[in-house]
Amino acid sequence: MTTIEYLSLPLHKRLFHKFISFFASIPMFFAKIFTKKIPQFFVGIYKKIAQVFFNIYLFFVDGDFKTKLSFVFMGFGLFTRKSFLRGILYFLFQAAYIYFAVTIGISSLMKIGTFGHIAQSSYVDPIVGIEIYTYQDDSFMLLLNTIIFAILTCVYVFLWYNQLKDSVELQNLHRIGKTIKDKEIVKSLVGKNYHYVMLSIPTLGLIIFTIIPLIFMILVAFTNYSSQFQQPKELFDWVGSYNFKKLFGLAGGAASHEFAYVFGQILIWTLTWAVFATFTNYFLGMIVAMLINKKGIRLKKLWRTILITTIAVPQFISLLFMSRFLSTNDGALNQILLDLGIITQNIKFLEDGIITKITVIVVNMWIGIPYTMLMCSGILMNIPQDLYESARIDGASPFKMYAKITLPYMLFVTGPYLISNFVGNINNFNVIYLLSGGNPQFTNVKGQMIQSQLFGAGQTDLLITWLYKMCMTQVEKDYGVASVIGIFVFVVVATFSLITYSRSNAVKNEGDFQ
Amino acid sequence: MKRFKYLKPIKSKDLFYNEKNSRGMRFKQKSTNVLVYIVLTIISLIWVLPFVYLILQSFAKSYSPQVLIPKEWTLDNYRALFDTNFKMMFNNKEMVFAEVYPFGRWLLNTVLIALVVSVLQTVLTLMSAYAFSRLNFGFRKKYMKLILIIGMFPGFLGMIITFYILKQVNLSTGVPGLFGLVLVYISGSVMNYYVSKGFFDTISKSLDEAAMIDGANKNTIFWRVIMPLSKPIIVYTILLAFTAPWGDYMFASVIAAGDSSLFNVAVGLQQLLTKESGVSGFPIFCAAGVIVSIPIMTLFFFLQGYYVEGVTGGAVKG
Repeated sequence: MTTIEYLSLPLHKRLFHKFISFFASIPMFFAKIFTKKIPQFFVGIYKKIAQVFFNIYLFFVDGDFKTKLSFVFMGFGLFTRKSFLRGILYFLFQAAYIYFAVTIGISSLMKIGTFGHIAQSSYVDPIVGIEIYTYQDDSFMLLLNTIIFAILTCVYVFLWYNQLKDSVELQNLHRIGKTIKDKEIVKSLVGKNYHYVMLSIPTLGLIIFTIIPLIFMILVAFTNYSSQFQQPKELFDWVGSYNFKKLFGLAGGAASHEFAYVFGQILIWTLTWAVFATFTNYFLGMIVAMLINKKGIRLKKLWRTILITTIAVPQFISLLFMSRFLSTNDGALNQILLDLGIITQNIKFLEDGIITKITVIVVNMWIGIPYTMLMCSGILMNIPQDLYESARIDGASPFKMYAKITLPYMLFVTGPYLISNFVGNINNFNVIYLLSGGNPQFTNVKGQMIQSQLFGAGQTDLLITWLYKMCMTQVEKDYGVASVIGIFVFVVVATFSLITYSRSNAVKNEGDFQ
Repeated sequence: MKRFKYLKPIKSKDLFYNEKNSRGMRFKQKSTNVLVYIVLTIISLIWVLPFVYLILQSFAKSYSPQVLIPKEWTLDNYRALFDTNFKMMFNNKEMVFAEVYPFGRWLLNTVLIALVVSVLQTVLTLMSAYAFSRLNFGFRKKYMKLILIIGMFPGFLGMIITFYILKQVNLSTGVPGLFGLVLVYISGSVMNYYVSKGFFDTISKSLDEAAMIDGANKNTIFWRVIMPLSKPIIVYTILLAFTAPWGDYMFASVIAAGDSSLFNVAVGLQQLLTKESGVSGFPIFCAAGVIVSIPIMTLFFFLQGYYVEGVTGGAVKG
């Protein structure tokens, strides 16, 4: 369809066309990824690895005896060529790595296949006559050490390759009578190597507190690590895809279909919630901002300050307060409504499936609209006023101006914000957990409570709050299933981000706004 | 020629569209404005009244849903939060509130953590944002992509493991526990680089070049040239880094692991409201809410401009 044909269509057909073309483009998008991007990616990696091996071969062939010795002793080539600082640092790293590998790393790696052999053993102390327990293998520490060992090995290989490269470089410089002194290396840390200084501490934090735990939890998804297998008393074990099967109701057993039903419900609610929470806040916030920014409205600063003040109250205070304010029996809102004669019976704001869902979305609006208002009013002021003026002269109604000027401009400018906000809402722990706590509990078709083990899942639980309950508040904790849920959240978020980013790139290529 | 006889001379009034000239237009304008004022008033009331109610309840002697404005006013709720000698009727028994729920301790924890985190996190975030914005290194784009991917995992996923790691190095109980919590908060600093990077991108690169010609190294450029120009984004980052641990429930509850001396205010007050399922805890909760809100309110009041700037800039750049 050409642009002219598209523009000649009536509005509803245009919308329909856009709708269809969006969904039609999704398979093509994935097809492109699988046929082009992924093969290209692997070919690129293969080429790089081949290059590295070829370089190592060259280092060995071209290198003198110092470089050749560097293959075994890291930093030897550098040290003997008067680059002492680097040489010593490389050597120290190698020593530390080998120490870690010999004392902890290799033994952990050997045992990781079965998570150790014996958890605890006991013997009767011949003198006291009491049975004494000694802990042998700690599955948790085994897995942790293996991950650390793996990461250290990657770093080791990288540094090993780098020092070889440096050694050969120095060797070549020596031939023409030059060298790199330690002074220059230190100086380069505030020059061309400044990024190492800037990023080293944040990266260290990222690796220790984010990347290692993430790798750990992803691996835990394939184990039966739960509160039943508390280390160090018992070993946990690899269970393959059992946790995935359990979540999707394929694990067998009486309760498996109930579990899958609850998971499906929570997934649907998570997505519904994210859509409603994002768009109600966005549009209503924008409307409020437009009302405040309207020409001829006075006390603009007062209205804005009132709303900003509510942002300043910490969210958890507002949420906990609301959870009490809306409570069925001793909440003030029910009482006010009763006194005014609007209702005759207390409304179960936080105890009834559908009503609670609506309540949660409305309270989220109460929390979120001031924030969106603040964001929008800044951007609204940036819209070129002559656009409105010319539209007014052409006789456009206010609504038309909104639909044709304000909205497209806002969507264009805040598109990325909408995506990140949507993702943020999928993981919006505070609003759900502090307000409704995920309640009310699930009931089956007959209206009875589901008795089987659901890890405290409630009807307003999001995936993230369910994950939290599974790991924290329940007596029976199951870290394996919890990490499967975490991986699932990742998949959902990644899919949404991929699609929208690719679409928004397409939008950008069509030319900027105006 | 006859046709032009009836042609009126053109006046400027007819040429230029002017609202003020038409009386009907002016009336319409006024009536819509009145409508807008009404709507804005209602909106303001909806947003403000619950907080007014919260403040009123914090002075109430006892809570009952029927009474909107307390009949008996008292400061006991505030006293109970801090005074360890103050006995009061609570949940139908006489007890010292501050012993069971050490609010003073929670507040101290929160303030300390927020102060330390706001300084450290701001420095680390700005450093990484600067690196991503200005420094050209080979793995820059790959690193940013990695952060994007890591950010898609729910942050809580690795939290249990982080807790056990902290336990291994004895950073999970007592005062070291607070230090552990600080580490958890600041470890993600590099992932917040986006807004500040957007800001640094807007600072002209010719400044860097000029400084470099004058013999400054990159360290000097960062601290002496870029930082003094980045006051708005520094204040915004500090504000966010200060308020985030102030209101965090998820991570704090994991690290505290049920030890009430390690709670921050969010975890503590949530425990208070869920454990005291009756009505007795509510006025004290309200009093605590008022106390917790005041510092943040004051900060916002003075730094509003910076906050608005940061929010708007962040939204535009995504």
